[in-house]
Amino acid sequence: MAITREKRPVAFYFLAAFFALFVLFLYGPMLTIFILSFQGPNGGLTFPMNGFSFHWFVNLFQQQAVGDFGGSFMRSLKLGLIVMVVTVVVSFMAGMAFRRRFRGDTVVFYLAIASLIVPSILISLGIGLLFNIFEIQPHWYSSALGAHLTWTFPFGLLIMFAVFNRFDPSFEEAARDLGASNWQTVRHVVLPMVAPSLIGVAMFSFTLSYDEFARTLMTAGSLNTLPLEIYGMTTNVTTPVLYALGTLTTVFSFVVIGLAFGAVVLLRRRKA
Amino acid sequence: MSASNSKRGSYFLITPMALVFAIFLVIPLLTIVVVSFWDYDEYRILPDFILENYSYLLGSSVTWQIYLNTFKYAALTWVFTLGIGFTVAYFLAFHVRSLTWQIILFMVCTIPFWTSNIIRMISWIPFLGRNGLLNQALMGTGIIHEPLEFLLFSDFAVVLADVHLYTLFMVVPIFNSMMRIDRSLIEAARDNGASAWATLRHVILPLSKPGIAIGSIFVITVVMGDFITVRLMSGGQSASVGLQISNEIGLLQYPAAAASAVVLLITVLLIVTALLRLVDIRKEL
Repeated sequence: MAITREKRPVAFYFLAAFFALFVLFLYGPMLTIFILSFQGPNGGLTFPMNGFSFHWFVNLFQQQAVGDFGGSFMRSLKLGLIVMVVTVVVSFMAGMAFRRRFRGDTVVFYLAIASLIVPSILISLGIGLLFNIFEIQPHWYSSALGAHLTWTFPFGLLIMFAVFNRFDPSFEEAARDLGASNWQTVRHVVLPMVAPSLIGVAMFSFTLSYDEFARTLMTAGSLNTLPLEIYGMTTNVTTPVLYALGTLTTVFSFVVIGLAFGAVVLLRRRKA
Repeated sequence: MSASNSKRGSYFLITPMALVFAIFLVIPLLTIVVVSFWDYDEYRILPDFILENYSYLLGSSVTWQIYLNTFKYAALTWVFTLGIGFTVAYFLAFHVRSLTWQIILFMVCTIPFWTSNIIRMISWIPFLGRNGLLNQALMGTGIIHEPLEFLLFSDFAVVLADVHLYTLFMVVPIFNSMMRIDRSLIEAARDNGASAWATLRHVILPLSKPGIAIGSIFVITVVMGDFITVRLMSGGQSASVGLQISNEIGLLQYPAAAASAVVLLITVLLIVTALLRLVDIRKEL
């Protein structure tokens, strides 16, 4: 195959080198903390490595070393899953609604755009103030959930727009001509066709919520989510235990991304 | 299904999203505007209608310095993310030939976006620190004899981290615009004797403008409101508008924070409105 191809221009090699440097720039720092998290028990925050050990990972799970790593991880996990389910369902519904024009559609659209560009700290402050004034106790599952949804809905909606802009309605017409009800058409025709994109929305919303810091700051109440916990650690932890936590949570993110891709590939294969 | 029935269907489908935006976006922002006119003492906020929060904020030279500093971060980050993002997108869209490789390399660029921002910031510490990799390497090769102090906890570190975190926001929309450019236009330019550079300058660049505008909106708004990057990477030595707001929140001076927030919101909206004149977002999806 390579023989039939035209010769690469010189620019290609410069651009390829530039791209390689960019990838190194993206992943290099992450790689250093990954290596340093295996620092020996007497090792510090920078190179050289002082032996190799799992000391800091063990340390991470001892209650006294860090605040409440286990609890905050579970809260972030649960919150991420709730945000994920709500975002997938609500974005799909909204995406279906936007296929027709209706009064107020531009308002909702611009609200979604506004939600994306309003600085996160303003959402945090606004919701915090609102709960403060009405003397409602903020919790991760109420105020922080709402704050996270304002961040994930715009992404979900924009992905659904991209999907339905390229969606052929004749499949639904055919289903209806064959006597399918509205619900059957959605369930057996539309949903299977957009399923891979919905998995994309699911992964997006889970990881965005799982890693969200600014919007959680004033809305999480008295119990920390994982990013808040990590942030607290940056100011008072000066051992590689911080890197161990970074490595673990990054590995967890990669697992989630991998699962999502696996699911998409599986869906594609079943359809084929 | 009759017309009025389908209308009702649309309203039913959009209600959950509209409600969440109303409760967790519109009302909180209105609350900020209202509270920015309230009074406060050490313990609580007091409903009132005063202009002191604004007059104090706008009358202070510190505010103007902080805004200047924030604009500086935003401008520098914008220049670097645009330069890098455009080059990367151009490489992916026009120099990588198979779709499979385009997708794989695109994924390689996007995956870090799905990991924790704070961890990605922290990961610069062993690299840039006084005894970090870069200083060790530079001293090892004899280029410098004293470790460079400006690498970490400086404006340089803030902009570097911003570029590291947000270049993806440029790559994705610009790549999206470039993939929509009709390849026959490129061929036509080449057939008419245009060099690769001239094609880039006069065909690809103008047609990538919507992507550039969307990317710019993302990068500029996110840097304008940022406070974590500035706090972590400047080591508390620099300030930004977002950091000022977060400090005021920490001191429980909510009305002052609210006034700062309103001014920031207006600033961001002005920038976005200017950029939106260049692009129709709904057409770009």
